[in-house]
Amino acid sequence: MQHSTEVSGAVAQVCLLAGKIMLENGGETYRVEDTMARIAASFGIQSSHSFVTPTGILFSIEGAEPATRLVRISQRSTDLSKVALVNEISRRIGQGEMTVTEAYGQLAAASRAKPVYSVHWQVAAAAIASGCFLLMYQGRLADVPAAVVAGGTGYYVAATVGRLLSIKFFAELLASFVIGLLSFLSVRSGFGRDLDLIMIGSVMPLVPGLLITNAVRDLMAGHLVSGISKGAEALLTAFAIGAGVALVLTLN
Amino acid sequence: MAIRYLEQLLASFIGTAAFGVLFQVPRQTLVQCGLAGMAGWLLNYALMRLSVDLAIATWASAFLVALLAHGMAIRFKVPVTVFIVSGIIPLVPGGMAYDAMRKAVQNDYEAAVQLAAKAFMLSGAIAVGLVFSEVVQQIARSARARQNG
Repeated sequence: MQHSTEVSGAVAQVCLLAGKIMLENGGETYRVEDTMARIAASFGIQSSHSFVTPTGILFSIEGAEPATRLVRISQRSTDLSKVALVNEISRRIGQGEMTVTEAYGQLAAASRAKPVYSVHWQVAAAAIASGCFLLMYQGRLADVPAAVVAGGTGYYVAATVGRLLSIKFFAELLASFVIGLLSFLSVRSGFGRDLDLIMIGSVMPLVPGLLITNAVRDLMAGHLVSGISKGAEALLTAFAIGAGVALVLTLN
Repeated sequence: MAIRYLEQLLASFIGTAAFGVLFQVPRQTLVQCGLAGMAGWLLNYALMRLSVDLAIATWASAFLVALLAHGMAIRFKVPVTVFIVSGIIPLVPGGMAYDAMRKAVQNDYEAAVQLAAKAFMLSGAIAVGLVFSEVVQQIARSARARQNG
């Protein structure tokens, strides 16, 4: 395979798009680097380097026709289906089933793909999860409705505010405050009984579980910069949730 | 007793699968995510009932979740994160972190620090469980490579 500068530039673009989709949707840093190196290798480029942090990817191809590209990651969310999709595309590229242009087209389609579950489904799931977690924390069956209402509303608030404002931790703070308030009111009105358990169950959908897991996995793989910054993000999110709940507790 | 276990079984299965929806996992893996979370939580619950130390119970459950997740990731050709992230959610010490926060608000800093340290220990136990499973996987992989090569 003959490489011109154009080809390595195109390959770099494909690699970066794959990496960008993965990173934006909750892939681990080592998976992003691994995928990009694999895609480059399957297009015949043996030596490539990447530097991946939660806010940007730097990717360069060595050799006679070097190419270096940078992409900024400005918004991150959780959509593991897209991570799985890119994984699948990279596997097919590895089997030599695609040209560079085809690969780019498929990846671009993957990045435009709609989420598997709409916001309504997610709010319903958050409500159900809240009820289930109340039971798992040894709550009473009678408190489940209160947790379902508070948890669903809280998640809805977090999703809506998160979309309207770009200030990340404020959405969580407001949502947990709403959850706290609803739980407090439900206990006051006799709709629910155990305030603590209702609140714990309802804030669980906001807990940054993915971030914590990925932070740990990144640190394990030696990606110290990503691991620590993801850990900091998780810590700040947890703090925002705690502050929202604490505001309500001071009312008590 | 049996009813208690059945309730926990159902709650952890449905709860974890619902978290799968929040994380937008692929549709065909939703049930498996629920099963991973259920297995982890059941082990945790049983060990807690046997009054095993909570950190050890959490470690063992996280280890089990990660092992199952690795197996399912190979079986269904999906990134392992999908199953791990959903599976460990029931083990996250949310209740304890909440208690710590409440004590801090009530100016009971001594209890708050104690609880926070405990919650931190449990998160560490989850992490170590995941690391252990990774180690087992790597040993298995290199053993297989040696056999083939």
